[in-house]
Amino acid sequence: MQKPDFTIALAGNANVGKSSIFNQLTGLGQIVGNWPGKTVEIAEGLLVHHWKNIKVIDLPGIYSLSTYSQEEIVSREYIALEHPDVVVNVVDATALERNLFFTLQLLEMGTPLVIALNLVDAAKKKGIFIGKERLQQLLDVPVVPTIATKGIGVHEIIDEAIKQAAKKLPIDKNVIRYGPEIEKRIEKLERVLAGVNIGYPLRWTAIKLLEEDSEIVNKVGAKHPDVVVAANILATEISKIHKEPCSNVIASERYAVSARIVKEIQISKEPAKASMSERLDSLSMHSIWGYALMFTIMLSILMFMSLFGGWLSETLRNLFESINPHITGLWPDLAWNGGIVGFYATLSVALGFILPFYLILGVLEDSGYLPKIAYLMDRPCHTIGLHGKACIPLLLGFGCSVPACVGCRIMETKRDRLITVFLSTLVPCSARTVVILGLVGAYVGVQWAIALYVVDFMLIFIIGKILNRLLPGVSVGIIMEMPPYRLPSGKVVVKQALNRFKPFLITALPLIIIGSIVVEAMRITNVLSLVSDALSPVTVVWLGLPAFTGFLFIFGVIRKEAALVLLTTTAGTLDIHAVMSPVQMIVFALVIMIYVPCVATIAALIREIGWKNAAIITFSEIGLAVLLGGITFRVLSLFM
Amino acid sequence: MPQEQIEEYLEAIYDITGIQGKAKTTEIAERLKNAPASVTEVLQRMDRDGLVKYEPYQGASLTKRGENTVTRIKRKHRLLEVFLEKVLHLPREHVHDQACKMEHVINDETEQALCKTLGIPTECPHGSPIPPCNIDVKNCNECLSEYNPIKEKRKQKLTSITTLKPGQKGKVEFIRGGRNVVQRLCDLGLTNGTCVSLVREAPLKGPVEICVRGCNVVIGRGIADKIFIQAEGT
Repeated sequence: MQKPDFTIALAGNANVGKSSIFNQLTGLGQIVGNWPGKTVEIAEGLLVHHWKNIKVIDLPGIYSLSTYSQEEIVSREYIALEHPDVVVNVVDATALERNLFFTLQLLEMGTPLVIALNLVDAAKKKGIFIGKERLQQLLDVPVVPTIATKGIGVHEIIDEAIKQAAKKLPIDKNVIRYGPEIEKRIEKLERVLAGVNIGYPLRWTAIKLLEEDSEIVNKVGAKHPDVVVAANILATEISKIHKEPCSNVIASERYAVSARIVKEIQISKEPAKASMSERLDSLSMHSIWGYALMFTIMLSILMFMSLFGGWLSETLRNLFESINPHITGLWPDLAWNGGIVGFYATLSVALGFILPFYLILGVLEDSGYLPKIAYLMDRPCHTIGLHGKACIPLLLGFGCSVPACVGCRIMETKRDRLITVFLSTLVPCSARTVVILGLVGAYVGVQWAIALYVVDFMLIFIIGKILNRLLPGVSVGIIMEMPPYRLPSGKVVVKQALNRFKPFLITALPLIIIGSIVVEAMRITNVLSLVSDALSPVTVVWLGLPAFTGFLFIFGVIRKEAALVLLTTTAGTLDIHAVMSPVQMIVFALVIMIYVPCVATIAALIREIGWKNAAIITFSEIGLAVLLGGITFRVLSLFM
Repeated sequence: MPQEQIEEYLEAIYDITGIQGKAKTTEIAERLKNAPASVTEVLQRMDRDGLVKYEPYQGASLTKRGENTVTRIKRKHRLLEVFLEKVLHLPREHVHDQACKMEHVINDETEQALCKTLGIPTECPHGSPIPPCNIDVKNCNECLSEYNPIKEKRKQKLTSITTLKPGQKGKVEFIRGGRNVVQRLCDLGLTNGTCVSLVREAPLKGPVEICVRGCNVVIGRGIADKIFIQAEGT
C-alpha cells in the first residue's frame, strides 16, 4: 500500500450511513486494522482522488464525546489522538437535532470538519427541508448534501475535505456560548489552565474538566491535581445553581443550541399519513405478529441456507467426481485426495453457506431490521441476565463465530460482553451446520438434525442462566436508537458481504488444503491410527464412536466442517452407513457441535477477552461436549 | 381524626383499587377489620377534607391530594421494608407489619436519609416499585454527592415514563440512576424538560420505545421505570 497523502475519518451517530459512504468511496481493498490497546477493529480503505492517495477510516457510531460503550471510546480516541487531517461528520438529515449535538462537540474540540448531510432524500419524504447555506454559515464548515446509498454527493465530500485539509483552521471556535454562569466559570478555569498543556484546546479542556470527564481529569490531574480540585469546586457551583450535575447542564445547553440551529435552518411539515416505515413498525414490533414475523424470517433463512448450501455442495461434488482421475502413486494421491478434495470442501462451505449468510445479514442490517430483533428479544434475554442487543452477535454466530465474538463489543459492561461471547461460541456456525445437516440431516433424518439444534439452543439458555448466577452484577439494560426501515442498496450489501467473506477465504483455504494433505499423508503412513488409538478411551469407550473419529476431533479444531469431509477420507469410503450407525452419527455431530471453538475463534477469543477466559471457555466446552456425548450415546442406544 | 388513621384508609383504598377506581366500603372494612358503619363515617369525613371522593353505595376513590399522600406513605413503607430486611436482617415475612407501624412516624428528613443510606433502592423486598421522592432535584447524584437537608419540594406530580399510554406525551423531570446511564440518556436527548412520547411497549414488561427530538429510542424496562415525567394533561 502506498503511503497516503492524507487521512479522512468518517464519524457520526450510528445508522446514519457512514459505512455506505465508506463503501461507495473505497473498493474491495478494505483492510480491517487493529486499534492498539483496545483491539477494536476499524475499517480502513484507500482511495485515489485527483492523483492523491487518501486513506479513509470508518469509525464506529458515536453519539457523544462523553462515551458510553467501548466502540465509542475507540472513535473518540481516534479523533482526539490520531489527529486525522479531516473528520467527515456524517449527519442524518431526518434527525438533525440529535446529530448536531455531536457535531457541536466536534467543533468545540477544534476538529477540522466537513459535514455530510446524508439521507436528504429520506428527509424530503418526511417533509423536512434544510437550508444548507445557512447551516454552513452558522457552523462555519462546509456542508455537502448526500444520498450515500445511491452514491450521490460522496465525491464532493472528498473535494471539500481536500480543501479543508489545506486550510489551517483557527482552533478555538466559539460555536456554543453557554449561559453566563457557566461561561464565567469556563473563563476562570481557562486562566487556571494557562500553564497546563495536554494537547487539547484550552476551552475544550476546561469544559471537559467541568463535565468531570474521567480521562481528561486523569490527564490533567497527573501533573496538576490543584487544577482538578479547582474544576471540581466550579462544577459543584454550577450543579448547585441548576440542581443537576454539571455534565448534564452542559449537555442540556448543547441540545438547546442544537435545537435553536435546527429551528433556524429547517422547515418541516408533518406528513399527513404514517410513513411506510411506521406502518411496517407496527407490524414488525407488534406484541404477537412481530414475534411471528421474526420466527418466520429466521426459519426461512435457515431453510434457505440448508437447501441452497446442500444443493451447491451436491453440484460441486458431482462436478469433482465427474472428473475423478484414476490415481496411482503417492504424490498424485496426496495432491488429489488431499489438496483438491480439501479445496472443494472449503469452496462448498464458503459459497454455499457463508457467503449467502453474509448477504442475508447485510440486507437485515442495512434495512434496519436487526434493532427490531433486539427490541423483541430484550425481555427473553433478561432471563439469562443479558439485554436485547446481545441477540445481534448471537445472530452473527450462525454465520461464523469470529465476527460474532468481535460483535460482542456492542455490549456495554465487561460482564455482559463475557456472557455474550461465551454463548455466541455455542451458536451453531455455518461450519457446524454443514456437519449437522450434511451428516445427521442427510443420513439419519431431518428430525434428528432439528433435535440437535433444539438441544443446542437449550444448552445456550442453560449456560446463560448459569453464567448469570456465577458472574456478579446485573445487566445495565438496553438503551438503543431505533432507526426507521430503509431500502438497502445492493451495491453496499454485496461489497460488505465480500469484505467480510474475504478474510475467511484467505485464512481457511490454505489451512484446510494443508490439513487435508497432512491427513492424507498420515493415513498412508498409518500415523493416523496411532493418534486415534491414543484417544480411544474417550472416543470408543465413553462416546461409543469408531476409533478413527479421534483424529477427526483433533482436526476439527482447525475447521469444523472439515471433519465431515475428512470423515470420508479417513474412513476410506463414501458410504458413511458402512462405518457408522445412526446413533454414532448423532453423537459425533453433537460433540462436533459443542466441543471446542475452532482455531480462528480461539484466536478471536484471546484477543477479545484474554487468554484466561478463552481457556476457560475452550476447556469447559470440551468437557461439556464429552459429557453430553457420552450421555446421549447411552440414552439413544436404549431405543435405537 | 388522627393522621395515622387517615393514612391507613388511603392505603387500604390504594391497595384495593390502585390509583384509579373505586373501593367498596365493605372491602375497606374487611381490610381494616372495622365495622362498615364506622368506615362509612370516616370516608365521609375524608371526602369533606378532599382526600377521597366518596359516593354512598358505590365506594371511595382517591383524589389528587389523597393520591399524593398515599404515594408518600407507600414510599416510606417500602423504604422501611428494605431497611428492615437489608440492614436489620429481619425475615422478609416480618418486615411488612413493622413497616406498617413505622411509616406513620418517620419524617421527610429520615426518609431522605434512608433512601441515601440504602443506596437508592428501586423496589421493596416484595418487588413493588418505590415511588420517587418529592425533593426538587433533577437526579440522584445530587443527593448522593453531599448531605442535603430537605430542600424545596416539587410541585408537580411525577410518574414513570412506562405509565404513559402509546401516543401520550410528557416532559422529563427526574431520572433516577447512576451517572453513566443518566449521561447517556442526556446524550441521546433526554435532558430535563424535554418533551417525549411513548411509541410502544413490548409485552411482559419488555422494553419501551419512546420518541425524543424526532428520533425513536428503545429503553429497557429497568431504566425506563426510573425516568420520571410530568404527563401531558395532568
